[in-house]
Amino acid sequence: MLEARSLAAIRGERLVFRDASFLLEPGGALLLVGPNGAGKSSLLRLLAGLTPPAAGELLWDGENALDDPPLHATRLCFVGHLDAIKPGLTVAGNLSLPRRIPPAAIVAALETVDLDRFADLPARLLSSGQRRRLALARLALSPAPLWLLDEPTTGLDTASVWRLEQRFAGHRAKGGMIVAATHLPLDLPGTQSLDLSRIAA
Amino acid sequence: MSRFIALIRRELILAMRHAGDSVAALLFFVIAASLFPFALGPSPQVLAGITPGVIWVVALLAALLPLNRLFGADFEDGALDQLMVSGLPASAVALGKMIGHWLTTGLPLLIIAGPVAVMLRLDPVLLPRLLLTLLPGTILFSLVGGMSAAITLGARGGTVLLPLIALPLMIPALIFGAAGVVVPHPVAEFAMLFGLLALFLPLAPLAAGAALRAAVS
Repeated sequence: MLEARSLAAIRGERLVFRDASFLLEPGGALLLVGPNGAGKSSLLRLLAGLTPPAAGELLWDGENALDDPPLHATRLCFVGHLDAIKPGLTVAGNLSLPRRIPPAAIVAALETVDLDRFADLPARLLSSGQRRRLALARLALSPAPLWLLDEPTTGLDTASVWRLEQRFAGHRAKGGMIVAATHLPLDLPGTQSLDLSRIAA
Repeated sequence: MSRFIALIRRELILAMRHAGDSVAALLFFVIAASLFPFALGPSPQVLAGITPGVIWVVALLAALLPLNRLFGADFEDGALDQLMVSGLPASAVALGKMIGHWLTTGLPLLIIAGPVAVMLRLDPVLLPRLLLTLLPGTILFSLVGGMSAAITLGARGGTVLLPLIALPLMIPALIFGAAGVVVPHPVAEFAMLFGLLALFLPLAPLAAGAALRAAVS
């Protein structure tokens, strides 16, 4: 269970948002909406423990999550707006870069984003939408319950968006949690949404 | 621990894929060192006297070359964010990258320093001592250089700033390293070198970790 209490973020000298509060139960999903610059990415980075909050608390199962950032990191899988793809490695090589992963698991992860045909292709040959899909394939390799996604559907075709929605549903059915920042409508039944423009400073 | 080993494995895979960076540092070392006989003349007496200092200074400059990309490449493509949420403390991420730098730059420099020193007419008796000073020396280059790279990460003009921060911090290592090769009984010099190592081994990863946290936030 992830609970945010009156979180605030400062970028540069500017207060981006304040009083961002929500409660996310296992199986829940939260969409962060708001215009550009409303602080969606800042809030995601804050939830990931990358940025310390300017005010407020982030609780995981009732305990302060940011007391121990490395422990908090094991609970989450973060897909930021940068794809973190090394162009010199193959598509499969990119997935097994952080740690050694059995080839079968790599193929299975690539199948979830329909990139398994390109496993041996250098990643620099991928289109921007395919790079996005490769970044999203990391979700399949992570056992973490909390998915933090920054504009996950940018550059994706409709079939890939549909596949992503199926994976979201599967993850939530297993008790996983999703926080996604997005401009495009995502078909996620029973989601809360947090409009950051309304709580902007 | 397995995460830490996975990080070093990652650094080695990436270094092998982009071998140009390491090879460029090595070639720079060989070429820059071989410029000295051209400028000073091939007289063995002159060369033998300056060789320990030349090797040390050129190795230091060569070790600086790949530092720019040590954190910079991962910072730009978002991989540093992934490393910071990999479950390792930021200082462990920094230490892993410093070890990666030593394995791909420091160790090759150490291996090639022997032949280059012989080429520059170093007295063969002094050769083991040169390598023995360069062993803590190259580790110090990776620690202090990695710390400077983390501190200048994301700063405007970081490319210029990095050597300006790293080089003054390397001066103590340079003094005692180069002196340790030539003085008759280099006990104090070696004590100072390993003392510096004992100082920077905990300090550099901690400082670099704090700098990395600030860079990604």
